[in-house]
Amino acid sequence: MKPEALLHPTPAGLFCPAGGFYVDPVRPVERALITHGHSDHARSGHARVLATRQTLDIMRIRYGEDFCGEEQAAAFGETVEVNGVTVSFHPAGHVLGSAQIRIVKDGLRIVVSGDYKRGIDPTCAPFEPVACDVFITEATFGLPVFHHPKPQAEIGKLLTSLKQFPERTHLVGAYALGKAQRVIRLIRDAGYDRPVYIHGALAKLCDYYEGQGIALGDLRAATIDKKADQDFRGAIVVGPPSAFQDRWARRFNEPLIAFASGWMMVRQRAKQGGVELPLVISDHCDWPELLDTIKELSPGEVWVTHGREEALVRWCELQGIAAKPLHLVGYEDEGD
Amino acid sequence: MKPFATLLDRLVLTPSRNGKITLLVDYFRTTPDPDRGYGLAALAGTLDLKGVKPALLRELVLERLDPVLFQYSYDYVGDLAETIALVWSGGEKETVNEEAEPRLSDVVTRMNALGRTETRAAVRDLLDRLDPSARFAFLKLATGALRIGVSARLAKQALSEMSAECGAPRDITEIETLWHGLTPPYLSLFEWLEGRADRPVLATPAIFHSVMLANPVEDGDLEKLDPADYAAEWKWDGIRVQMSSHGGTKKLYSRSGDDITNAFPDVVDAIDFDGVVDGELLVGGTMRSNSPTRTFSDLQQRLNRKTVTPKMIADYPAFVRAYDLLFDGGEDVRGKTFLERRARLAQIIDHAPHDRFDLSDLVPFHDWPTLDRLRIAPPDPVIEGVMIKKKDSVYQAGRLKGPWFKWKRDPYNIDAVMLYAQRGHGKRSSYYSDFTFGVWTMGDDGADQLVPVGKAYFGFTDQELEVLDKFVRDNTVDRYGPVRAVRAGPDFGFVLEVAFEGINRSTRHKSGVAMRFPRISRLRTDKLPRDADRLETLLAMIDAGDG
Repeated sequence: MKPEALLHPTPAGLFCPAGGFYVDPVRPVERALITHGHSDHARSGHARVLATRQTLDIMRIRYGEDFCGEEQAAAFGETVEVNGVTVSFHPAGHVLGSAQIRIVKDGLRIVVSGDYKRGIDPTCAPFEPVACDVFITEATFGLPVFHHPKPQAEIGKLLTSLKQFPERTHLVGAYALGKAQRVIRLIRDAGYDRPVYIHGALAKLCDYYEGQGIALGDLRAATIDKKADQDFRGAIVVGPPSAFQDRWARRFNEPLIAFASGWMMVRQRAKQGGVELPLVISDHCDWPELLDTIKELSPGEVWVTHGREEALVRWCELQGIAAKPLHLVGYEDEGD
Repeated sequence: MKPFATLLDRLVLTPSRNGKITLLVDYFRTTPDPDRGYGLAALAGTLDLKGVKPALLRELVLERLDPVLFQYSYDYVGDLAETIALVWSGGEKETVNEEAEPRLSDVVTRMNALGRTETRAAVRDLLDRLDPSARFAFLKLATGALRIGVSARLAKQALSEMSAECGAPRDITEIETLWHGLTPPYLSLFEWLEGRADRPVLATPAIFHSVMLANPVEDGDLEKLDPADYAAEWKWDGIRVQMSSHGGTKKLYSRSGDDITNAFPDVVDAIDFDGVVDGELLVGGTMRSNSPTRTFSDLQQRLNRKTVTPKMIADYPAFVRAYDLLFDGGEDVRGKTFLERRARLAQIIDHAPHDRFDLSDLVPFHDWPTLDRLRIAPPDPVIEGVMIKKKDSVYQAGRLKGPWFKWKRDPYNIDAVMLYAQRGHGKRSSYYSDFTFGVWTMGDDGADQLVPVGKAYFGFTDQELEVLDKFVRDNTVDRYGPVRAVRAGPDFGFVLEVAFEGINRSTRHKSGVAMRFPRISRLRTDKLPRDADRLETLLAMIDAGDG
């Protein structure tokens, strides 16, 4: 069997004809396998969804009770038969519940990594290398320019800035699922135990993480108590970056905008976004991690999905590894 | 290198002046000698570092990286130094530990000690031993492209505040006076700023002396003053400079003490006197050579350059219109009256080369209304108002109220229509506070259309900003990154009264005009966009200005 016969791109997403399912489809389908809860990968409206328990929970939190017709939870490492195709879920280290999906038929093994990273993250299970013939990798940061520094050092910058500008409210932009909780956890691990204020969009997901045993410390709503005449002087406020352009941000004292994202590696990106304090904290692989993963797995073929496909494909060619871009559309990289 | 690299990273993204000063003070207080002195020199533009050619850097990076991958990276980042800092491999992740990382002073001394054939290996080794942010700082220093929005003046302001925090407050004018007599890494300067030593003794002559500044005339200021006590001069539209010449050392400084000697050899070489002279730098001909003074936009051709070509000098000859004297030879005359200093200055200028120096004329007047009429209709288009100076005033650095006034020609005004808005920074990051505005002109199809003529981000009050911001949010028709396009047609839109100091032709802007210091002077909610001005009106202002 040729790998393309087992799994190939369609306008709705990666499709497995033998199993009759899609992986992370971008439009409603009959049967979907979902790698993780970011909204560009996990959409509502599918008839049947197979995903990890945590991903299903997150989809319910984001889309409501009727986010799909019928759900089925997959435990890490357990195999599930879908119309004669064997599938299994393995930790991807991206966000809570994130998984790689292995698809096996007639001895041919394809691993869809979804989004993944190799760095240590106390808020989710670490990436687990899974042997395969075809490795389908993301390439969000697939350029040699991306070398993510240690996240602890980045959090150090935030805490230094709080000392330098004790009167300013430090607004930390972080996407609602995964990045926000990771940043808060990192802040706690750095020894900061004062309250962290959060935007309303983060509340339910932070509660869920807490429920899953990831302690986030004293979290409070970043809402104004009129009586207290509070202006969040010197406080850390975490929220989705889009909120900082909103009137919502006016309640804070001389806000200093920080943004936790892998994109912050490039200075112009930070500058254009009006970010004063870029924190290079990413839930994706940087360039060396992408290369190390491919070397470690040593698959027969590499397919590259969303991101900067051309550079990673070029690198594979130079290494003599068969590689091709899949040109999937619809993944806007909510997670970084 | 790490503290300096971190400082640069923060400064680049910190828009507010106070924020920058806080970061600078913190750096100067926590970084040891001699690193902080070299850091200061790098910021103030006095650091001498052996340069590295971009071509060499490119070769070095391609020793280890596929050219196609490098090109993809460069296309994405857009800046050579930053691309190399980011893609460089073999360094930081594998080997660098913080204690072993070279210090800024190590980098400077090592680079400057290199022979010609050693550069390649040394740069490669440094790149290997620095982390990405330090690599970026090093590459920016070595390619001479450190642009981070910090002037020498701002760095000195930070030094002054640092000294206050150390319990030994030193005024910025004192720092400026010392500045050009000191060299990196400024050990004696920091000792003095921290109150650990006396004021450094200067060995170098021809230093900069802080200048005396004027206050704008405000309502009611002049009524209280006797016109007989004051002299008036034209206020020429050039830049304020100080010529400092002592025993063969000749320097030209900007008003903030930046050394601009190398950019104006035509003026500096012509200095044949000893002393310190205050004046206006202009291009064109002196009064005595009977050729006209040229506009500020001509002068701009000569500004912000490290060096100058013979063609630039021929096309845009510079000269100084002198108006005050601080030192006559070695004698400090700042304690003498304005009229006494001026008499001595007249002597000096009379003997100086006629094509490079002249004396700023006094403007005769008997009462304030006469001067007001002269101010409004000056005899030369390059005059932007009058200066009023008390005849018996001494020369005192800083901006004292009373001895010197500036009385500018009224600004130009137009009514324009808001076209685009961009979010501001810091305190204003949730407000649309940078506005691009346009005026009417006939399009190619014969129909009237709005063409952008400028951008303004101040002049309005906080209450007015609320109004402007609400209009932008309620009337957005398109978004481009941080920019929003707003509804603007003949019958609906926002009319802004824009005030500005001058207007020139420009090939860089689609409309063909460029304004100086535009600001929003009033919100004309009473007007419809159809009533706004036309491009022809602006072009007529240029023609009138050119005389």
